[in-house]
Amino acid sequence: MPAPGSLKRHQTRTAYTFLLVPLVFFLIVRFVPTLMSLRMSLFDWNILKEQQPFIGLDNYRELANDAKFVTALKNTALYTVIGVPAQIILGLAVALMLSRVTALRGLYRALYFAPYVTPIVAAAWVWQWLFSPQFGPVNTALVWLHLQPQSFLTSPSQALATTAGLVVWQNLGFQIVLFLAGLAAIPRTFYEAAEIDGASGTQSFWSITLPLLNPTIVFSVVTGTISYLQLFTQVVNLNFTDQGGPLGSTMTVALYIYQMAFGRFQMGYASAITVVLFVIILIITVIQLKFLTRRHDL
Amino acid sequence: MTHSAPLRRRVEVKTVLAYVVLTLGILVTLFPFVWMLLTSLKSFQELFNLTFLPAQPTLDNYRQVLTETKFLLWFGNSLLVASVTTVSVLFFDSLVGYTLAKFDFPGKNLIFLLILSTLMIPTEMLVIPWFVGVSDLQLTRSVPGAYFAILFPGLISAFGVFLMRQFFESLPTDLLEAARIDGMGEFGIFTRIAMPLVRPALASLGIFTFLGNWNAFLWPLIVIQQPQFRTLPVGTALFNGEAGTQWGLIMAASSLAVIPVLIVFAIFQKQIIDGIVLTGLKG
Repeated sequence: MPAPGSLKRHQTRTAYTFLLVPLVFFLIVRFVPTLMSLRMSLFDWNILKEQQPFIGLDNYRELANDAKFVTALKNTALYTVIGVPAQIILGLAVALMLSRVTALRGLYRALYFAPYVTPIVAAAWVWQWLFSPQFGPVNTALVWLHLQPQSFLTSPSQALATTAGLVVWQNLGFQIVLFLAGLAAIPRTFYEAAEIDGASGTQSFWSITLPLLNPTIVFSVVTGTISYLQLFTQVVNLNFTDQGGPLGSTMTVALYIYQMAFGRFQMGYASAITVVLFVIILIITVIQLKFLTRRHDL
Repeated sequence: MTHSAPLRRRVEVKTVLAYVVLTLGILVTLFPFVWMLLTSLKSFQELFNLTFLPAQPTLDNYRQVLTETKFLLWFGNSLLVASVTTVSVLFFDSLVGYTLAKFDFPGKNLIFLLILSTLMIPTEMLVIPWFVGVSDLQLTRSVPGAYFAILFPGLISAFGVFLMRQFFESLPTDLLEAARIDGMGEFGIFTRIAMPLVRPALASLGIFTFLGNWNAFLWPLIVIQQPQFRTLPVGTALFNGEAGTQWGLIMAASSLAVIPVLIVFAIFQKQIIDGIVLTGLKG
């Protein structure tokens, strides 16, 4: 029988042996590049030029006066404010109904999951066609309902919301699976007890379902926000030619970074934008975790 | 007992209503998806017709995709990249999650926090140094190097570590102790006792990792320099040739790309959902 001290030493040795490769991975693939980006943002780092001179905070100063960057920032905020609540509310509504369904359950779930696995290039094309001002089915339906047809993706004021629609549509399947899992974890007995006490379905929803789903909702809000702040693929594929929609109205921070870094090879300037994006994500995540996390001791 | 009849009827009405709304929802949600499938069956002349169903359904797009493009090569590249990543994530994320949940050692909480904090680093911030590093090492020209360059960022995922740790925490320690007393090595306990007990968690982590890498776009688009290494999303996106965008081919290629994933999801959807439940998103 080993002494407690040597048991602890044995555990420590085993743990660090197991963690060795993963820790090296996180160090080299995550932490070092983050520091490299911070450093690069202080240089006039153009991959095509011979020299990369140190310029201090000049990139950041330039950013503050860059109208295109300000637009991208504003757009990204708008995407997040539209997209995150929309996909959470829709996802929860569908999951609540799906959890009630028994027959054909697997089929229903798979069908709602389908948008999530659809390649974005194909989805983007179909979306362009659906919302086409001249012959799109959405406008056909609007005319049917005696409403004004809209210009959607071709209008600077509507393109962003239409793009957000595509993202919400694609993310819905994942949201539904998350909420189904959250709902499945709530013990049935809580609902039975509430019913015996005469609670209505609405009351059960507000006082049992929603509070017990809090961890899932926090998770969805935090990861959803982080992913909307990095929105790229849908925006690019929806507007492959002009890169950023009519008058830059769908341009996001991530797309702007991509254009700067890999279109113009201004890696230093692009790095400065990524640092700003990182700080924004950090602040928002900390605030969200502080305000959304509640403990439910049952 | 007198209550049971009206109660039952109320439940049924609600269930019927749920079916009706869900079916309507599916029609709306699936419309773009179905349109993709139907377009893939339309001939070039019919492509921009407004009719829903193809007048003369043809498999010509599929034939062209399979014989006249590099689709099979891209499919193979994606399969290789996504499979290697998934196997690696399943192994390493379990190992880290298990260690953080079941061992007591100095620095444990700090390591967990550091790994979790990487979730907040935007990919864009990492992509630029990755690109510089990969270029400096001249990885993208040789065969193992190019594939490694595409897949290395995904080899271990912080999200998976979080999920697996949650699950291993709820695993009874007695089982592991019993194996320890029997003289089993620590690595053996992990692979032969702990891993098999987390199968549902592995199923859900596995499918989401595979899907994420199967559809990955930003990094592959940046890092792939030679056409032979293109993955499915990058290859499809670059269908836009000089002769204009070949939408029929894009739709056929995308439809083929979706089918395997949807079948896997339909078969494993129960385990996937159970896996997420068990891995502790319940808090």
